[in-house]
Amino acid sequence: MSKQRIVVVGNGMVGHRFIENLAESSSADNLDIITFSEEPRLAYDRVQLSAYFSGSTAEDLALTDEGYYRDNGVNFVLNDKVVSINKADKVVITASGREEKYDKLVLATGSYPFVPPIPGKDQDHCLVYRTIEDLEAMTASAKVSKVGVVVGGGLLGLEAANALTNLGLETHIVEFAPRLMAVQLDEGGGTLLRRKIEDLGLTVHTEKNTQEIVAGESCRYRMNFADGSFLETDMVLFSAGIRPQDELAREFDLEIGERGGIVINNQCQTSDENIYAIGECALWDGKIFGLVAPGYTMAKVAVSHITGGSNGSTEEFTGADMSTKLKLLGVDVASVGDAHGNTPGAKSYVYNDEVNEVYKRLIVSEDSSRLLGAVLVGDVEAYGNLLQFKLNDMDLPETPEALIAPALGDVPAMGVDALPDSAQICSCYDVSKGAICSAVQNGCTDVGAIKAETSAANGCGGCAAMVKQVVDSELTNLGVEVCNDICEHFAYSRQELADIIRIKGITTFSKLLSEYGSGLGCEICKPTVGSILASYSNEYILKKEHIGLQDTNDVYLGNMQKDGTYSVVPRVPGGEITPEKLIVLGEVAKEYDLYTKVTGGQRIDLFGAQLHELPEIWRKLIDAGFETGHAYGKSLRTVKSCVGSTWCRFGVQDSVSMAIAIEDRYKGLRSPHKTKMAVSGCTRECAEAQSKDVGIIATENGWNLYVCGNGGMRPRHADLFATDLDDETLIKYVDRFFMFYIRTADRLQRTSVWLENLEGGLDYLKEVIIDDKLGICGELESEMTKVVGTYQCEWKTTIENPEKLKRFSHFINADEPDSALAFVEVRGQRRPATEEEKITAIEIVE
Amino acid sequence: MSTAISTEWISVCQDNDLIENTGLCALHDGEQVAIFKISLSENSAYDQDIYAISNYDPIGKANVLSRGLLGNIGDHLVVASPLYKQHFDLITGECLEDSEQNIKTYEVRRFNNEIQLKKTVQ
Ligand code: SRM
Ligand SMILES: Cc1cc2nc3c(=O)[nH]c(=O)nc-3n(C[C@H](O)[C@H](O)[C@H](O)COP(=O)(O)OP(=O)(O)OC[C@H]3O[C@@H](n4cnc5c(N)ncnc54)[C@H](O)[C@@H]3O)c2cc1C
Ligand code: SF4
Ligand code: FES
Repeated sequence: MSKQRIVVVGNGMVGHRFIENLAESSSADNLDIITFSEEPRLAYDRVQLSAYFSGSTAEDLALTDEGYYRDNGVNFVLNDKVVSINKADKVVITASGREEKYDKLVLATGSYPFVPPIPGKDQDHCLVYRTIEDLEAMTASAKVSKVGVVVGGGLLGLEAANALTNLGLETHIVEFAPRLMAVQLDEGGGTLLRRKIEDLGLTVHTEKNTQEIVAGESCRYRMNFADGSFLETDMVLFSAGIRPQDELAREFDLEIGERGGIVINNQCQTSDENIYAIGECALWDGKIFGLVAPGYTMAKVAVSHITGGSNGSTEEFTGADMSTKLKLLGVDVASVGDAHGNTPGAKSYVYNDEVNEVYKRLIVSEDSSRLLGAVLVGDVEAYGNLLQFKLNDMDLPETPEALIAPALGDVPAMGVDALPDSAQICSCYDVSKGAICSAVQNGCTDVGAIKAETSAANGCGGCAAMVKQVVDSELTNLGVEVCNDICEHFAYSRQELADIIRIKGITTFSKLLSEYGSGLGCEICKPTVGSILASYSNEYILKKEHIGLQDTNDVYLGNMQKDGTYSVVPRVPGGEITPEKLIVLGEVAKEYDLYTKVTGGQRIDLFGAQLHELPEIWRKLIDAGFETGHAYGKSLRTVKSCVGSTWCRFGVQDSVSMAIAIEDRYKGLRSPHKTKMAVSGCTRECAEAQSKDVGIIATENGWNLYVCGNGGMRPRHADLFATDLDDETLIKYVDRFFMFYIRTADRLQRTSVWLENLEGGLDYLKEVIIDDKLGICGELESEMTKVVGTYQCEWKTTIENPEKLKRFSHFINADEPDSALAFVEVRGQRRPATEEEKITAIEIVE
Repeated sequence: MSTAISTEWISVCQDNDLIENTGLCALHDGEQVAIFKISLSENSAYDQDIYAISNYDPIGKANVLSRGLLGNIGDHLVVASPLYKQHFDLITGECLEDSEQNIKTYEVRRFNNEIQLKKTVQ
């Protein structure tokens, strides 16, 4: 059977989401997908468009890249508009004359800004706000303008006004209606919003109907209004609403609504069953949805209908909630459901605080049992809770007014616990409470991890507070029963296991398992226990009793790469390296054809070594004076340094010597997660010490110590822990700090997260480490002394032990390498071949 | 071709090549086989200590399973792939995370201190 051809017209936010969903569906292999975009680039985040003015580039706004499309076999044509549809032959034709056949056609053409038919609207410096090109035009115009007017005081208009203010213009907002954001806000809310915006120095003109734009006197143009008044301006930005881009539907006979919009059914099909419309161009039940979330839902529905859905059942579009929460010009505004109280019988509670400029209105059903809508200006904290009451049709508390009243007494907390699992928490990515809870159960313990795992809060960000509440509540729910047990084999947390091992002096996993655990262990508890044993008894990790505990990286003392080969990372303390050593690295890399790269940790990584090559390579490196870099272990990685006072004209201490000294001291120290350090020679901080677990910055009088920074997935600046320390005190504090972390942190918990979860936080940590509040500092120091005293280079020990070297071959019974390995050359070095390249390579050989 | 025997056992390594609670890889009949030895404690639920499955991780798409960590998940005796940590049952070859990715198992035995795999002869 030939593949089904899907043509998508428009590669905006919704068109792209449709393609993503399609490419990830199980039917993807049977589809041939092509998309056309009138714009010169693939989809970007229109919702965040204004971020362009605060420094985001077109690249930052991109939602995808060409690589993603290619990897998923999706064809795309940019800068080419679809101009004709031949429904009989199922063909579309583009402006450049290209013809494409389709089995299913998807119109995701979005909308265009409505420009009222005002004489003079087509002159230079009369602009709209929708695409990146529009932004470029605004920036260019702003350079030669002083005053700007936004026509339209709706949601987008206010955002545009913000943009003009940021561009440095004196900004005016001209609105036809008597108040701002008339769709989302009631009178009270609109009035307060206006006051707040005027406080910021913008001028708002309501009930103004622009008649013409003519040449001005003090400015480039003059806008004349119907009431006889006028306004002088250099730039006019139209933001008077959007109109569905339904041109194709109009011309080629698809049903459209009275006031435009391509009519769709619950499956998102237009009047031609093979043509779908989704996003802002689509009209469902007489409504256009000018927000992205409903468009995303339509994309999902259309994909489900085209692919037959999962298990044969397809989804339906049944409308969408238009509640919004925004920060406009720094003012918090939110609107939920029926904000105007249009529902028959609706009653409302209003809280109006003119002193602090907060307005809240709650609209409830006749019997006060249900929330119908809400308006919030100035304080939108209640938004998340209110939205959930509305969406889930939940019972309101006895005193609903307490939901918007300031905390004068007990606020009846709704508690996310009350929400059903099906409650949608993130509408941008359609993530339910249940999905977040199960991610928490699977080990995501903070919002960062949840974002990575479920995509929740990755869109507009409006749901972030709610996501956090769900995470916290789920953690509390789990905390009592499940969460602390490290796995099914031990009913203990990592901290408890560390205590048992330390206090009972246990030195092997089998003893711990037989006395405190059950079963055989697994890939969670084994490496954890292996690490704790190493932190306290620090024996050679490949000893017979320990080897089965180590992750593959530790077993082979290298990081396994995607093709099963390993990387070789020798230690380069402080990043300082002699030319001789550099030459040896180069020679070894050349001899074994290893891909060579300078790492982000100031050292050199050699990739692609096979098992049997590892000992030979390391013998050469050790002969040249290198040691293992522990890139594979949960242990100290690197101590980054800047050049410091020996060369740098600003340096106040010798940061390189300090970095080398501490790298030598803590190398090989195994811990709950990897640790990183850095030393900067002055406050300019070229070693980026404040992004490290332990950061040290030189001062005139000694060293400032920072702790618990993190780069990586969720960056965190380190906290200043102590100032102007001498060398000795510095080392003493770091010793104590690391051993206390090892004793109390969870498995795979970086110091940053550990501190955030430490009761009492930084102050408590200072009390423990500086004031010795727990009276354990002596113990911590002697534990560290023991580890430092028993350091060995694991690679040196290994190459001196023929028995251990037996493991370093791919086959136990043959001297061959892994025949599945294949490489491709790129920029003068080799990299692993992709699956695809491997297949084509085989065809060529045969 | 001989039809006298339908199967035979081939030695691939010595028993002491295999360290308890780890695996190694043998080339057997042109195929890569991962062989594992677990430690049998007295009250263990398992009566055999050596197991053999394919060395190819169908999810990570590389020959690496012999280098994974051993353990049990509920009733399953498993190796966790060193690449992306999916679990493969050592007895049935089942992939616990995705049953479409089950892998081949091999018969294995200890004979005079040698580890042998069963070869099928047509
Ligand atoms: C090689 C290197 C990238 C490079 O080409 O520059 C690298 C490579 C890997 N990093 Fe990294 N990271 C490297 C510097 C960094 C840095 C930059 C730094 O250290 O200044 C960071 C951010 C700083 C930080 O950690 O706070 C970094 C944050 C991560 C993270 C996220 C950690 C976090 O807390 O969010 C991971 C994942 C993890 O550890 O769970 C990770 C994991 C990895 C792994 C181990 C992924 C894996 O399992 O294969 C990669 C192993 C590569 C290998 O085979 O050697 N790598 N990684 C860098 C090695 C530095 C070195 O010399 O040892
Ligand atoms: C400044 C701004 C701020 C916004 N803020 C928010 C917000 O905070 N929250 C929110 O939910 N929504 C917001 N929106 C609305 C949101 O951006 C839209 O709902 C969303 O982009 C609609 O997606 P779409 O794919 O339907 O349309 P679009 O993203 O407009 O994509 C349609 C694409 O199709 C192309 N196209 C049209 N016709 C053709 C043709 N014949 N051939 C080829 N290509 C064609 C267009 O050029 C366009 O690239 C904002 C919009 C703007 C402009
Ligand atoms: S950023 Fe990701 S891909 Fe790049 S080296 Fe680090 S872990 Fe690997
Ligand atoms: S609702 Fe927009 S990111 Fe979650």
